[in-house]
Parts: sequence; C-alpha cells; structure tokens
Amino acid sequence: MFGLGTINPNVRAIGGSQEHDLHRRAAQIRAELQQGVSKPFSDIIDVSSGDSHLTGMMPVTFVRQVIAACLCPALIHSDDLPVDVRRRAQDLLAQLDGESMGSYTDSCGAPNVQCSVAEFITRRDGGVPASPQNIFICGGSQRALALLLEILIPNDGPPYTGVLTPVPTYKTFTMLLEETGTVMVPYQLCEEQGWVLQIDELRRALRDSRGHCSPKVLYVINPGNPTGHVQTMKSIAEVIQFAAEEELFLLADEVYQDTVHGDNSEFISYKRVLFEMGGEFSETVQMASVHSASKGYMGECGLRAGYVELVNIDHTVMPFAEWLIGTKICAPVPGQVALDIMARPPQPGDASYVQYTQEVQAIQETLVHNVRRAQEVLNSLPGMSCQLPEAGIFVFPRLQFHPQVAEHAKKAGVDADLLYSRRLLEDSGVCVSPGCEYGQRDGTHHLRLCVLIPTNTLDEMLTRLTRFHLRFMAEFF
Amino acid sequence: MTENGVVCQRGKVLTTDTMNPNVKKVEYAVRGPIVQRAVQIENELKEGVKKPFSEVIRANIGDAHAMGQRPITFFRQVVALCSYSKLLEDDKFPEDAKNRARRILQACNGGSIGAYSASQGIECVRQDVARYIERRDGGITCNPDNIYLCTGASDGIVAILKLLVSGEGRTRTGVMIPIPQYPLYSAALADLGAVQVSYYLDEDRCWALDVSELRRALVAARQHCSPRALCVINPGNPTGQVQSRQCIEDVIRFAAEEHLFLMADEVYQDNVYAEDCQFHSFKKVLYEMGPEYSDIVELVSFHSTSKCYMGECGFRGGYMEVINMDPEVKAQLTKMVSVRLCPPVPGQALLDLVVNPPQRDEPSYSTFIEERAANLRDLATKAKLAQEAFNRIPGITCNPVQGAMYCFPRISLPERAVAEAREMGQAPDMFYCMKLLEDTGICLVPGSGFGQMDGTYHFRMTILPPTDKLKIVLDKVKEFHQSFTQHYS
Repeated sequence: MFGLGTINPNVRAIGGSQEHDLHRRAAQIRAELQQGVSKPFSDIIDVSSGDSHLTGMMPVTFVRQVIAACLCPALIHSDDLPVDVRRRAQDLLAQLDGESMGSYTDSCGAPNVQCSVAEFITRRDGGVPASPQNIFICGGSQRALALLLEILIPNDGPPYTGVLTPVPTYKTFTMLLEETGTVMVPYQLCEEQGWVLQIDELRRALRDSRGHCSPKVLYVINPGNPTGHVQTMKSIAEVIQFAAEEELFLLADEVYQDTVHGDNSEFISYKRVLFEMGGEFSETVQMASVHSASKGYMGECGLRAGYVELVNIDHTVMPFAEWLIGTKICAPVPGQVALDIMARPPQPGDASYVQYTQEVQAIQETLVHNVRRAQEVLNSLPGMSCQLPEAGIFVFPRLQFHPQVAEHAKKAGVDADLLYSRRLLEDSGVCVSPGCEYGQRDGTHHLRLCVLIPTNTLDEMLTRLTRFHLRFMAEFF
Repeated sequence: MTENGVVCQRGKVLTTDTMNPNVKKVEYAVRGPIVQRAVQIENELKEGVKKPFSEVIRANIGDAHAMGQRPITFFRQVVALCSYSKLLEDDKFPEDAKNRARRILQACNGGSIGAYSASQGIECVRQDVARYIERRDGGITCNPDNIYLCTGASDGIVAILKLLVSGEGRTRTGVMIPIPQYPLYSAALADLGAVQVSYYLDEDRCWALDVSELRRALVAARQHCSPRALCVINPGNPTGQVQSRQCIEDVIRFAAEEHLFLMADEVYQDNVYAEDCQFHSFKKVLYEMGPEYSDIVELVSFHSTSKCYMGECGFRGGYMEVINMDPEVKAQLTKMVSVRLCPPVPGQALLDLVVNPPQRDEPSYSTFIEERAANLRDLATKAKLAQEAFNRIPGITCNPVQGAMYCFPRISLPERAVAEAREMGQAPDMFYCMKLLEDTGICLVPGSGFGQMDGTYHFRMTILPPTDKLKIVLDKVKEFHQSFTQHYS
C-alpha cells in the first residue's frame, strides 16, 4: 500500500495551511448553528480569503448576462437581455468551435480572447505593444504561475533552483514552490516604510542564498498581497535593473492591478517600466506577468480565469511552453468569457455601459470606504496598528501582544496570531487569516482581513472584532 | 560594464539549456505538429489560397461540440440560471431547472458561482456524485469524502501521478500504461520524470488486455525502475475496446498480487455501442470480488463532463473517486489539490447535473431522455459506419469500435513510403497523415502519437463529424489511401 514513505517527497514537503484548519472549524460551527446550538453570534463572517463573492458582493451584471447568453443561445434572440450583451455573446460564440462553450478552445486560449487581452495590455501601458502570441490563458493565476515554474525550474538538483519571494506573501504561492521542489529565498518587505521593497534587502537575500541553492527567479507581487503596497516607477525600475544585473527571471504577479485606491498611488506595470527603460533592458530582460479575473471588481474567483504575458522569451523556448500548456488542453471557457469582458468592458454608447459603470463604481466606492473604515477602527484599538494600504482588497494590521500571549501560544504549539484567530472564530464567528500564513519577521504578528465585502457586513465584523479584541487583550494584561 | 555603468553583456535566464529538461520531452500528439499544420492550412484557405478542398475537417480531437453535437438543453439552462440568477424569474425556463439551480447556488459560497468552492469541490455535488456511483454500481456504498472534483479528468490523473512519483534510479516510480494510449499519460510521465512502463494491447484480439502481457512488462520494468501504478483506459482511447468483466477481474487480481495502484480512466463509460459489450466499473467488479480484494486494492477511478452524451469539454468538469487510499496519503492529496484553489465552479455545477439528471416525474425529463438517446444513437451509428467503411478499404483494417469516440484503423504502407518518411525524419504514419491533410484537408492523428507495435502503422480518427460529412471523409480517405498506395508501390 502507498504510504507517506512512498509518495512524492515534494508533495509531503508542501506546508500545511493553518487557515484550512480554521475553515474546517468554521464549517463545523456553521453546522452547529444550523442545528440550533446556541452561540454568541448568529453567523460566520469569513474574511479570510480574497473572495468578494463569498461574503455577498454581487457579480457584475454584464459578465453574468453574457455568460448566460453564451450558455443558452436562445437568449440571444430574446429581448430580455440588452442588445450589447446579445451581440457580445454572439461574437464570442461565433469564434468558438461548433459555436459552443462546450468545445475546447486552442490551448493558449481562444484567439479572440488573446487579442482582447493583448489590446487591454497595450491600452493599459500607454501604447507599449502586446502581442496575442505572448498571452497564455490559464485556469487562474495560480495555474499560470505553476506553468511558469514548470518551465523554469529544472528540478534535477542539487543545486535546487531558488525563487526570491517577498515576505510576507500569500500562502498558496509558498505551497506551490514547495510542490515544485523549489527553494524559497525570502526577502523581507519593510513594514516600517509601508511594506516597500528595498533593493539592499534583495541583494542581501540573493547573496545569502548562493550557498544553498541556484537562484534563478525573482517573484514580485505588485500591488502586494497581503500588504496592498503599490510600487513606484522608480522602485520597479530598480528591481528590473537588479534582475538584469543578476540574471534573474522576473515573475510579476499583478492580479490586484485594478484595485488601486490610494490617493497618491498609481499602478504601473512592470512591462511598461521595462519598455520605458530602453532597448538595453526592454529587449533582454525576461519576464512574465500574471493577471486574473478573480480579483478586482469582477471577483470571479470560481470561474478560474487568468493569463500570463510572456516577455522576451526565446523563440526556441516558446514551442515548449505551448506544448506544455497543450497538455492541460485548455482553460475553462466560461472563465475565458469573463476575461474577455475584463479586457474589453462595455464602452460609452453601449446599452449596458451606464449600468456597468455604476456597478463598478459602487464596488470601487465600497472598497475605498471599507479600507478607510477598517484601518481607522483597527488602528484605534490598543495593541493593534493598521497601515492604510494603497491597493488590494485587504487590510493587514499588526498585533502587539503582551508577552503572556506569546507564552500561551508557545505552550499550545502555535503562533500567537493563530491563537488569536482561533479564539476570534470561537468567540465571535469572525474568520480571518493569521499572519503566520504569510511569513513575517520573528516576533511580529499580523492578521489579514478581506474588506471587499458589503459595508454592513464590514460594520458588523468590525464591531465583533473590536469587542473580542478588547476582551482578549484584557485577559492577558 | 559600459562607460555609463550599464551592463550590456548578459545571458538570457530561460533558454532551452536552462529550462526544465523534462518539459522538452513532453509530447501531446492530439494537439501536435499535424494540428499546427491544419491551422496553417485553415488560415491559407481564409486568405483565398487555392486547395483541392474547401475546408479542413478536424477529426483529431474528441470534441463533440466542435463537430456540431448539440448540448443537452437542461444542463445549459441550469448553468445559465446559476450564472445569471435574474433568469430565475423568467418563465421561459422550466421549474425543475430552476430548482436545480437554486440548490446549486445555495451550496455555493456566498450563493455565487464566482466564489471559490472548497478545494475538494462543492460538498453537495460530491454527495450527488457519490449517489450516482452507488446507483451505477448496484448499491455499493460510495463515501462522498472519497470524491474529489477536478478540472477535467486530466487534472485528476496528473494529480494522482504527481502524488505517486518518488525515488531515483532503480527506485524511481514506474507507471504501467497501455499501448496504444491517450498521450496525456506519456506526456504527464515525461513531465514528472516518472518511468513509462508500456504494456501492449492485442490488436489481433480486438485490443484485448492480457495479464500475461502485463506480467511481461512488469518483470522487464523491475530491472530498471519501481513499477507502482497501473493505468487502464476503459472504454479505450484510442482503441475503443470495452473490456470484459473477466478481463477487469484479472487486472484487479494482478494489481493485488503485484501491489500496484490501479488508475481506471472511465471517462467514456456511457459511450458503449457494441451490442455484446457492457461497461463494468472497476469499483463494482472490485467489490464483487469480495473483501479479499475490495479491502486492499488501491484504486482511483476518473470520470469527466467532456465525453459521453454531453460532450461539455469546455467546462473542464470531472471527478475522481479514491478507494482504499492510505488516510495519511489521502490527507496529502487533499493538501495538494488546495494549491490550485478549486476546480471551476461552472464545471462543478454541470457535473452535478450529469450525476443528477431530470427524473421521470420532472417536466424536463422527456426532452432530456430524447436528447441523450439521440446523441448516443448518433455516435453508435457513426461508429459502425466508420468501422465498416475502413474495413472495406484494401490495405486498411479496423477493429470494432465497441465504445469511446474513435476509430484506430491499421494501415499498411508500401516500403517506399516508409523509406521516404524515414529520410524526412518522420514517423511513416505521420508522413501519411500529413499527406492526407495536404491533399484532402482531413486532420487525423498518426498512430505513432499513441504508441503501437513496431512496424505497424495506424491513425486515430474521431467518429464525431456529422454523418454526411463523415461519409465524405471516409470516401476521401479511401481515395487517398488507394492513390497513396499506388504512388509508392
């Protein structure tokens, strides 16, 4: 029989997620509530994942109407849906084999979707051209990253390949590195300066890694997850220069690019900066940038739709990348439709434009409001400090615990922020993501909370959290 | 460094030398070079280049909708209702479809198909899958906890293979796969750096699976690797054979004796056409063999929404059932699937309908039954048509297409053709298929892409084109084969 000793050691090496345990417990509590077990709260508020639909944010109507019309083409001929929805569905179907969403598309994605995405990127980057041939549509950004790692990482070590990874970073990426047998080379983001990326720290990390692995890839998340930090153009240029000097492949995770809400912040893509640095860099630095329909205002996590844009990949390597993605056959088609809309939303004059714009604006306003409200409330709590992020859909407050909490946690064999999160769930029904999942400087503790949630849910959540926090702090003081 | 301090001489990080060498070994013939050429030709036709044909007929991939098969109305209605819930107020949609949609949405996080589901899949869908399996297998219990929804069966297959691969050199995991096989298996094994252990299906006996051949392959493999898993595709792809119950028992017995992890790819389980054949699930046979086997044989079986009568490839829906997996290993599997977050929710919704279709007393039942029967009838007709047509062509023989969606005829090639192919560095059946494509616009996949006995040549053609087109294809292949044979004699 297969036992732990005979399975893939890389799979064994994947670190377990504490958050999964929290989710399991949350599911148990939900079941208990349904059975009528008495609790000090009537429902679970789950803000642990970057999933806006989970807590009740609504999908964008246009997206769902188009998908429905593609699924049931009879809707295209009825007047129930706006004319631009029907036309978009018709156009999309015309490009699919057999005019059906049930057909496979080309492995790298439906060509018209690749084109839409390429045009989106070109517009976004002020005219810096993107070619559809360099766009691979995948079943989510996580699959895109997995594909890239598969191509990049030889895995026949030692020496094993190293990937420079920001700390804090989100858990599923570190799990992906472990799954591929890749060495994570952590570089600390600077919390005191708003989670900036410091080149000296990158240099330090790289230098220290050279003894025990072969560093090859530099992974950046911009805007940051969980931090919400937005890199300046200068910072991006420095990173690109560093990658060029040290011959590192740049892996830019830009899935939160549409969620910038800071007054003085602007998302600039790595590709754009690369291009503006001139031929010296723009023709040689190798890079892949990842985006997704899961985040931003669409929040369509469940559809599993993302893409990667490859930059300066050798024409000798591209066929292998294409063959590799060919073995996945293709990305899910409903997700590809969502991506097409993300890349090519309704335009002024289109029948759905007004409603679409209103809905997107409402979502953006909710996000801005919620981020500010959450930061204000959390930052005012004793033993908690919360920076105002510039982007993303999270706040990432820092907890300052009494030493007794740390001792208590140590005895229980867990991180203090996990202890806190567990107690928070039991006492208040609020499920958050503990900082230990993301990596953090020793002795520091954080929580990550999703704030792209209905505002009244946010208010309820903050009320419960505040009440719990004060009690918890008092208990250990 | 130049004067202005900029580094100008630097190597590229990602080259064919520095990339993962395993990826270079990956081949997937179904979408390989012949398809690339077919796409080129399609573009040439669009540009008005003159050719001896007006369209490319893609008989290379098992994609029913691409070839004109209609989707099942009920399934599309429910998923549309799940996508855009305002349609729940639309009286053009039947009540039973609305009920299904409400049930699915209630089971979705946040009531939306846009939220992540649990990594293992939506719980109520897994429960419905378990009940479907119980019904299919005459009441044998199925624990929903053993069901993992996946992004198509391929995703599940790769996940299991990844889980099982370990060791180095002589202890490196070997995986037994049939020849001919669906090339996902060989591609996945190459990518994972696992050892492919080929066992040959017997063409002369309708692609029968012989335990003696399994044993031969296993013994030979043990010299250089550690064979740990045995893959069976039933009904077969590309071969179309439907294994007898006795054969399945023999395989299970063999797996038990040799401590092999059984992987049963059963995605074509509804595609059985031959009157004297019947689909027997590996699980059912395993349990009917009694606790001596059903308590110990480790088995994973795979199913999908891409084939059968619904053909919804684009949704990427599927599941796997794991049986007798060590609980600690299962926990690792659960952890591993979480790294991809979750399978696409529209595909999960669709799968729920496949395992929980309209019932006799429901309004959509009769339409559903008609549509399902029509699709399966159509496939059965075309299977017979194709098989008979190929057998009438001198130089081509074709085993009965008992199930699945393909013909895999054997072609005899003149020596001169074989020689010319070798000179060009092409497999002879690739050479043949390329010429067929150039002359007729018909895109097939050469047998070399699936594996075959040395010195034999085949091609795989789907039985999916609409009947009238299929007849034309068969005629053209006949003409081509005759002229090809003449030319190279």
